Amino acid sequence: MARGCRGRLGSNLQRPVSFRSAIAVLAVLAVVGLLTFGLLSKGSSGVALGEVAPDGPLPQLEGGGSGSLADYRGRWVLVNFWASWCVPCRQEAPELEEFQRQHGGPRFTVLGIDSRDLTDDGRKFVRDYGLSYPQLRDGNGDTAHAFGTTGVPENFLIGPDGKVRLLLRGPVDAEYLERYVAPQLPGGRS
Amino acid sequence: MRPRAGLGARLSAVVLALVSVAALAAPPALAAQPQASQTQIEAEVMCPVCGTLLQLAESPQAQREKAFVRRLIREGRTEQQIKDVLVAEYGEAVLALPKGKGFNLSAYLVPAIAFAIALVALGFGVARWRRAGDHRDDGDSQPPSQGPSPEDSERLDADLARYDL
Repeated sequence: MARGCRGRLGSNLQRPVSFRSAIAVLAVLAVVGLLTFGLLSKGSSGVALGEVAPDGPLPQLEGGGSGSLADYRGRWVLVNFWASWCVPCRQEAPELEEFQRQHGGPRFTVLGIDSRDLTDDGRKFVRDYGLSYPQLRDGNGDTAHAFGTTGVPENFLIGPDGKVRLLLRGPVDAEYLERYVAPQLPGGRS
Repeated sequence: MRPRAGLGARLSAVVLALVSVAALAAPPALAAQPQASQTQIEAEVMCPVCGTLLQLAESPQAQREKAFVRRLIREGRTEQQIKDVLVAEYGEAVLALPKGKGFNLSAYLVPAIAFAIALVALGFGVARWRRAGDHRDDGDSQPPSQGPSPEDSERLDADLARYDL
């Protein structure tokens, strides 16, 4: 009798406490889980020298269809992240175009990626500077984020194997291109 | 001649009246579409480069985005249409308030669930407090003690006197 009574009393006293604790723990775990998932879903980003560059598909800036860095596997590619509202990008665009005219071909190309920019503004920029090299559009900035860019312009020289060989977090000029990029290209004096 | 001119005048008056009625009826039809407001939109979309609300941003990219919104308003687009165009240009992250899909749904669900849990907890707390109050009232149903009777007081004094040093 007394044992049964004690058992009932024990269950009445313990059950609500453990149930409430379980709810509290579950609630805390749910919040922590959500925060963790939110942080992880943003993902770590950035590429270092020697690492394979992200090569997801992007829409073409001009015309329809999509393109990707993977389309240029086997060639050297100078990936240039830019935007029409970026002042240094306006300064380097003619230098990149000149470099493309001198070195562009079956073994090398400059590849422009217009990042976080309005499509019409980007197209006008390409027309204004007479850029002849291929252009992709990265409207939401995901590809720029995957490359670990912190702004525009940023430049990455990608080897034929898709790995990053050179990176410059800032604008390039003719001197930089001739001194550091040209020697890496086939036929260059490295 | 005169009656014919009178008929023409009457016809003109009828046509004019019809046109006037149509003109008066038009504004409510136009008013049915919400007028997009630059201030409102800038408070509801982000500057993707700055990571802040567009209305707080002054970067070159934000200036271009604001000009783009102004242009779309001038074109007569509704607020939703403008937001859709911005999403097509910059992706979903341009919206200050995420759409209620996928993981973004948690932005709306978590506060609602937390509020519901808090309400339930509050309900349990109030019920428990009231139960405790009832028990206290039951205890209070006996008359409060008035202290020791005179006899008890005398006896107590006598006992204490025995231990007086």
